[in-house]
Parts: sequence; C-alpha cells; structure tokens
Amino acid sequence: MQKIPILKIGKNLIVSLQFDVDDKTALQLQSDLLQTISKTGATGVIIELSALDMVDSFMGRIISDISKMSASMNANTVVAGIQPSVAITLVELGLKLEQVHTVLNIEDGIELLTKLDRQIENDDSENQ
Amino acid sequence: MMILKTSNIISIREETDLISTRHYVRNLSIQMGFSLVDQTRLITAVSELTRNALVYGGGGIMTVVMVDTGPRHGIKLIIADKGPGIVDIDLALQDGYSTGHGLGNGLGGSKRLLDEFEISSEPGKGTTVTAYKWLP
Amino acid sequence: MNSGLKEKELLEIWVKAQIASETLREDLMSMEDLRNESILFLREFIKASSKGNLTDIGTADYKPVVTLLRKISGNRAQAGFTPSETATFVFSLKDSILGFLQAEYKSSPEILSTETIRISKLLDKLGLVTFEEYARTRDELVKDQQDSILEMSSPIILIWEKIIAVPIIGILDSKRTQLIMENCLQKIIQTGAKVCIIDVTGVAVLDTLVSTHIIKTANAIRLLGAEAVLTGIRPEVAQTVVHLGVDLSSLIPRATMADGLEYAFRKIGFQVNKR
Repeated sequence: MQKIPILKIGKNLIVSLQFDVDDKTALQLQSDLLQTISKTGATGVIIELSALDMVDSFMGRIISDISKMSASMNANTVVAGIQPSVAITLVELGLKLEQVHTVLNIEDGIELLTKLDRQIENDDSENQ
Repeated sequence: MMILKTSNIISIREETDLISTRHYVRNLSIQMGFSLVDQTRLITAVSELTRNALVYGGGGIMTVVMVDTGPRHGIKLIIADKGPGIVDIDLALQDGYSTGHGLGNGLGGSKRLLDEFEISSEPGKGTTVTAYKWLP
Repeated sequence: MNSGLKEKELLEIWVKAQIASETLREDLMSMEDLRNESILFLREFIKASSKGNLTDIGTADYKPVVTLLRKISGNRAQAGFTPSETATFVFSLKDSILGFLQAEYKSSPEILSTETIRISKLLDKLGLVTFEEYARTRDELVKDQQDSILEMSSPIILIWEKIIAVPIIGILDSKRTQLIMENCLQKIIQTGAKVCIIDVTGVAVLDTLVSTHIIKTANAIRLLGAEAVLTGIRPEVAQTVVHLGVDLSSLIPRATMADGLEYAFRKIGFQVNKR
C-alpha cells in the first residue's frame, strides 16, 4: 500500500494520483483527506489525474466518494487533468461522475474553487 | 479462417493481478499498433472485466490472444470465472450507475468499449466473457 | 532460350510489341523507362525460368520476378495506368515468347504444343499478379485520399482566446466523430479553451445516431473543463430531435453561431460593446 501525499495551497488540498490506487490505498486516502480537511479547515479538494492512463468504474467510485465525503465536511471537490483518451473512454464507459466539477488543470481548479467558495460566502452573508 | 497467433493465459487471483493484466494488455496493444484511445479502451475494459471476475467471480483466468483473420488483426480476450454466475444477463448489461451506491459493474460499459462481445453465464457455474478489439 | 543472344532478340521483339500495342501510354511513361523495365524483368524472368520450374511462381526461384513485377504494377497503378494497360506488360511478353517458340519448334508440333501451354500458363499466372497488385495499390491510394479528406473536413478554429469552434459539414459518422472528438480535446489542452462551439448548420442529417455522437463529444469536452455550445440547429431539426427523444441538455443550444459566440464571450468574462 502506498500513501498518497496531500498538498495544501491556501484553503485547498491537492491530491495527485500517480497510479491506480487499490482498495486499501483508496480508503487510506479518503480517511487522510477527511482528517486533513478537519484539521486545516480546507474548503476545496483538487484531485489531479493527469498521470492516470485509465479511469474505470472503480476509480470513478473512489472519486465520487471523495467528493461526497468532502462535501459533508463543507469542501468542494474538483477533478483536474483528465487526459483526452481517458475522457473519451469515460464517456463511452458511461461513467457520469455526477456532482464532480471537472477542469483542465490545477490552476483552473484553484480558480473554480475560489469562485465556489466566494459563492458560498455570498450566500451565507445574504442569509444573515 | 482465423489464425490465432500468440496467446497468453493470466490468472486473476488477487488485486495485484488486475494491475499486471492491464500492463500486459497495454504493452500488447502498443506492439500491435493500436491508437492511444483504443489502448485506453482496451485496458479500461480489461480492468472492468477482470475486477468483476475477481470481486464477483471469486477469481478466474484471462486468456489474451493476438488474432489474424487475414484482412483483420486484433486482440481476443477471454475472461472466465467459476463464480456464482449472473442470473439476468440483460439486466447486468444495463448501466447501473445510480446517484447512490454502486457505479454498476462495468459490464455494459466494457461492451461499448470493445468491438465484439459475448457473455455466457449460468447461475452456479460461472461466467465467461469473450471479446474482440480490432485494428481499424 | 538460354543464350544471351536469344535474350536480346526476345527483348527487341517484346519492346517492339509493347510500343506497337494500342495500350501504350507514352504520356505516362517514357520509352526509355519502358525499355529499362523490360530489360530488368526479362533478365529476372529468364534467370528464374531457366532453373527448370515452369509451373509454380510461389517458389524462391520466382521471388525476384514476382517482387519486381509487383513493383512495376504498383508504379503503373499510381501513375494512372488502367488495369489492362498494366497487364499488357506481361501479356505482350507472352505473345512474343510464343512467337519465338513457333519459330524454334516449327518442325516439332508436339513439342510446340506442350511448350506453348506451359509458357502460357506460367505467364498467365504472372499476369494475374499484375492485376492483384494493381488492385491493391489502387485500394491503398483511395484509402489514403479518404483519410486526407477526413482530416481536412473539420478544422478546429481558435476564434478567440479560450474559444474554439468546429464547423461540421456533411455526414457525421462514428469514424468522423472519433476524429473530431480527439482533435477538439487536443485543441482544448493546447489552448486552454473554455468553450467549444460545435456548428451543425452543414450537417446533412441530424438524427438520433448523429445526435448521440455530438452528445458524446460534448460530454468528453466537459470532462476537460470546457463547455460545448451547439449552434446551427434548424427549427425543423430541433423538433424532430426532441420527438425522437434525444436529450440535448448536456449541450448549450443556440440558434446561430453569433448567439453561440455571445454566450462564449460571456462565459469567459467578456462583453461585446459597440464603439
């Protein structure tokens, strides 16, 4: 089992998947992420996939789960760096990756997360 | 008439086998000249099917064959397990992606990624998937 | 037919026969090239046939002959010769050899008969090789042309920073969709485009199958963080598509390219004002 490092930039956490994660690694990653979100008060998670040559339904499930768990802790999730051939295959596979924002790269990811964060702040201040 | 060239039999017993089967198929598809997208389709389908065999079938065997029918060249995959089998194949082939738990078992998806796809399964006897991916 | 003299004589007869033939293509090939090709082929042919085998052209003896013949036929196919004009190369040789035999075995009709049949069969087989190779070369040429047309037919245009457009013209089949999808995605990565406008004004038929292809493309574009805007659907087509139950909701539909452009500008944070 390998431990996947979690980077923190501002209020966002970045996880770069360099290889296919197996069950144990995935579960470890999820728990590490949740801990880190809780500890740091992060409001955004970027899952970076440019090194992956394939995303199957198992990986899709991992991404979905991370997204849901982060949401439960008030953090938005964004997926970055899907390669063209992986994108095409994902679409043909029929994987929906619903409720997961997708962006081209980490920079766009940070931009989107900042926007989403600002929206939430605006909503909050409106409701007060 | 089909002339089957080289073939390789890989056992699917544990999670690491899933990774090595993928690598094997990836290398073979590169050797045979498949485009990057087709390579990705192949290994994604292989991943789905071998994971099914492992998770639902309790383990199995994948046979990979380089096929040459004269005008067409391609890869033949046979993934067989001796698990509980599938009761309703048509249902299993439907995309089971729900907003809730499972993301389906990738069977229908794999079918779309490959060129020819046959599945035979008997409850109690196991499941065998035979599929082809041809070079354009 | 083993002596060098006989070979020379045969060559002259053969070349003369080709020049006299009505299938001669002086416009496609110089007489010098014709003569050189004939010299080369005759040499190889005599070398192979003098080994004794006059029936099987699949043996190693005949490999150089067949290879050379394929090359010659392939060249002619590419140059624009017809199949008959290409085959004349071999069949005129047959005629010339048969003429030779007639002179040689004038006094032995039986031998003449046997030799005639043998040589005929042999050269007929070689004649078929030219047809085969001709057909194969033409098929390859057509395929290459088709590929070129496919490549050129849907250019992806960067019409503004972060906005790309694909005008699709003609028939959209799965092969073409593949190509367009891959090119679009590559372009998005290259340019960081946020909006991809797919214009289908020129699409001949927009049925469920074609719509599926377009939706597939839009979904893939979305996975790369961009949006797909569909422009150019004529009202009748829109009606039909909805009746067929196709769900175009993953695409942003706009009537015209102009509307699509306006949406795209807004999306990337621009506004178009009059000066």
